[in-house]
Amino acid sequence: MSDYKMTIGIECHVQLNTKTKLFSGVDNDAVDKEPNSCVSPIDYALPGMLPVLNKAAVEKAVRAGAAMNCAINLTSRFDRKHYYYPDLPKGYQISQMYKPIIGAGEVHLPDGTSVKIEHAHLEEDAGKLTHFEKYSLVDLNRAGTPLIEIVSMPDIHSAAQARLYCEELHRLMVYADVTNGDLYQGNMRFDVNISVSNSDKLGTRAEIKNLNSFRSVERAAEYEFERQVKLLKKGEAVKQETRGWNDTTGKTTAQRSKEEAQDYRYMPEPDVPPIVLTQDFVDKIINSMPTMPDTYRAKFEILNLDISEREAIINQPILAQRLAEVCDKNSKLAARVAHWFSGTLLAEENIEKDFKLATGEELTELSQMVEDGKLSSTAGKEVFIKLYDKKNTSKSPETLAKEMNLLQENDESVLEQIIEEVLTAPECAKAADDVRQGEMKAIGFLVGQVMKKSKGKANPATVNELIRKKLS
Amino acid sequence: MKIADKDTKAVDLVRAALEKAHEFEDYHCFISMNEARALEKAREIDEKIARGEKVGKLAGVPFALKDNYLSREGVTTAAAKMLDNFPSPITATAVAKLEEEGAIMIGRANMDAYAHGSSTENSYFGPTLNAADRERVAGGSSGGSAVAVALKIVPFALGSDTGGSIRQPASFNGVYGIKPTYGAVSRYGVVAMASSTDTMGCFATTAEDVDLVMKIIAGRDEKDSTTLDDYWTQELGEIEAPKKKIGLIRDCLGEGTDKEVIKATRDYAQKLEAAGYEVEDIEMPILKYGLAIYYIVQPAEVASNLSRYDGVRYGFRSNDANDLAEVYSKSRDEGFMAENKRRILIGNFVLSSGFFDAYYLKAQKARTLLILAYNEQFVKYDALLCPVAPSPAFKLGEKTGDPLKMYLEDVMSVPPSMAGLPALAVPAGKTEANLPIGVQLIGQRRSDQLLLKIAKDVEEIQ
Repeated sequence: MSDYKMTIGIECHVQLNTKTKLFSGVDNDAVDKEPNSCVSPIDYALPGMLPVLNKAAVEKAVRAGAAMNCAINLTSRFDRKHYYYPDLPKGYQISQMYKPIIGAGEVHLPDGTSVKIEHAHLEEDAGKLTHFEKYSLVDLNRAGTPLIEIVSMPDIHSAAQARLYCEELHRLMVYADVTNGDLYQGNMRFDVNISVSNSDKLGTRAEIKNLNSFRSVERAAEYEFERQVKLLKKGEAVKQETRGWNDTTGKTTAQRSKEEAQDYRYMPEPDVPPIVLTQDFVDKIINSMPTMPDTYRAKFEILNLDISEREAIINQPILAQRLAEVCDKNSKLAARVAHWFSGTLLAEENIEKDFKLATGEELTELSQMVEDGKLSSTAGKEVFIKLYDKKNTSKSPETLAKEMNLLQENDESVLEQIIEEVLTAPECAKAADDVRQGEMKAIGFLVGQVMKKSKGKANPATVNELIRKKLS
Repeated sequence: MKIADKDTKAVDLVRAALEKAHEFEDYHCFISMNEARALEKAREIDEKIARGEKVGKLAGVPFALKDNYLSREGVTTAAAKMLDNFPSPITATAVAKLEEEGAIMIGRANMDAYAHGSSTENSYFGPTLNAADRERVAGGSSGGSAVAVALKIVPFALGSDTGGSIRQPASFNGVYGIKPTYGAVSRYGVVAMASSTDTMGCFATTAEDVDLVMKIIAGRDEKDSTTLDDYWTQELGEIEAPKKKIGLIRDCLGEGTDKEVIKATRDYAQKLEAAGYEVEDIEMPILKYGLAIYYIVQPAEVASNLSRYDGVRYGFRSNDANDLAEVYSKSRDEGFMAENKRRILIGNFVLSSGFFDAYYLKAQKARTLLILAYNEQFVKYDALLCPVAPSPAFKLGEKTGDPLKMYLEDVMSVPPSMAGLPALAVPAGKTEANLPIGVQLIGQRRSDQLLLKIAKDVEEIQ
């Protein structure tokens, strides 16, 4: 099997988080709403209704393009894609077949590889059918939701890379505030085209439609690779067809062959004038983009984090942003902040809602306190947790540390007094003698005793030094 | 036209219109009447006038509405079985604007189903008869509207023109009919035929009346992204033709055109000269491709626009359908008429993969050449003159068996539609058999009012 190579191209549908639909003024957010309660006469395709393009969707599309380092086409237009299905009220979907808004680009993956983007276009989503034994119900709440369909080049060569690519797209779209990115709600859906070959010539591809999780993308690609290789090894041909993925059985099954494929009878959409953008409009949007994952990756390189820790932080834009602020001030202090993040907040789902957000300055200050020995590293972490506590109104790390009674004792006269008490205590006599004889291993016990007496507030490094001086 | 005021009661205007509609019932201008509501609205206007309140520019003026416009009053059918009994929750922009000015819709005018046709014989409810000869067709597809104005039931009526559907029936019945510049009037709320050439216009008996109605319904509409800015703002009296020159399109006066139509066109040219215009014969050989372009682009858009009538959400659904495929196929088979199906088939053929480039794309390229050819003429001429149709109104049933003959009816009206140009059908005399003949004035985009002014200049020397 090792001499066979797979080639994958992925089409990804992203639901845009605009307030209203692509061509009508009704609410685009149908989560938890009654079926067919977010439907305008336009979405319902009454006679005489005309689509009116939502400018916000165009802006989101430009943001999505910028996030993928894509060229933005200043002139693009819509086409009608025809087919009959009850979830498609007009009998056609308004899409962009010939002149998409987003041109070629490239997405960089965390493992250092990249995937080229062929193009991405704006289109409207269809409604949703629920099937019962003898009938089906139509819900048009989703009909007319703006989508962008991102079409990759066949640049992907493993199931793992396919997953990485989908995860990165998700990260980019969420960063760019293009989508809510809720995969459970179908905010992003993937069609995976996969072919297998043991030569330079590409094999015949099968398309696995409508995958809605990263895991299913990876598993489906793995399964499909093995299935196609088996066929080829038996001397059989791979059929060009659409296949469905069954998450329970872990298998793909044939749905529609090339011969059965529909003729969509594409036609330029006469009701929507072309989208004509000015470079100025595009530039303004690009300039308003937040810092993107790639920039963070470059910035965090100096911290020597392992990839999974780095990516986990980048997955939480609000943390990545703070870490970058600390990094800009003092990269030496930033690694500690990164570890604090990994140890506490990364598993949290909604940091912005559930926590008070510490500023970059506060984090720098706190990390600096540990660096200066004012706080032990354990105490530093405790203060960090308090700093993010919603109940913390706006106290500085220093105030918190004081209140928590965690500031380390660095005053030598205070320390010397404690040391004196420890060294003269009978239970420490042997250890003290050992140290005097040059048995430095015993110093740990003495330092421990001092720490105990100071209730953990003594700075162990200072104590160590003072004991050495005293016993030398 | 008469507008309600202290001396003229709106109720009298509407009642007179309704009485005439009944008197001429056998012409079958209307699919449904709006009697009770119309009288109620007329009374409201009269009360306002009595109280000294301000009323609209068309207060109490009754009008006929082509049945492809949606209105919350009554049902819209588009003369199609497919839409039989469709109660619209929406009123078309043009209708709403007229109602705001006090105009009162008295009934829904007959038409070819979905506006597919040139005679109003394709109506699911039966044909409308010609105002001058009851054995002849009204023309189409806005036949009901044209005849209602010609019989003076109403002073004006709304129609729609995709390839001649206002101008040809206007010409067959001896009234004015305007197809405005594409985008002049909102298409919102009008059952779509071919979106890239659908225009909304009106019928009336004088150029001034046409202008009065169009001034109200024209203008930018946020609900129709293809509408132009508000440019219909001048008074006809203020307009001066910049070149005082008209081009007479000789290509339309040759073989295939009725002798009496040729004579009427030449006579109208002489009247133009008498009104101070210089008229020159011109040739536009590209016009012979107009019909071929139209019968590719239009059916493609028709097929697409009719996709929504699938029997699932509203309109007609077959009783015999046992599964989803049959809901589609049987509802559409039973609900559409032969002409609708013919256009759906042609349209889907020219859009199908492998044929798109050869037909649709090529037609669109030829369309661009057509536009350029017109533009060239407008460097020299204020407007172009030609007949609306090759012959006066034909006999009922004469062409129903031969769709190609029926399509040839559109040969002169289609080219301005494909170029998005305004074209005004003007009454230009009658045949010996007393059948009306119309000519059309064609102008560059946004020159609608100039065309009306030219027609008015001719009106004034008559």
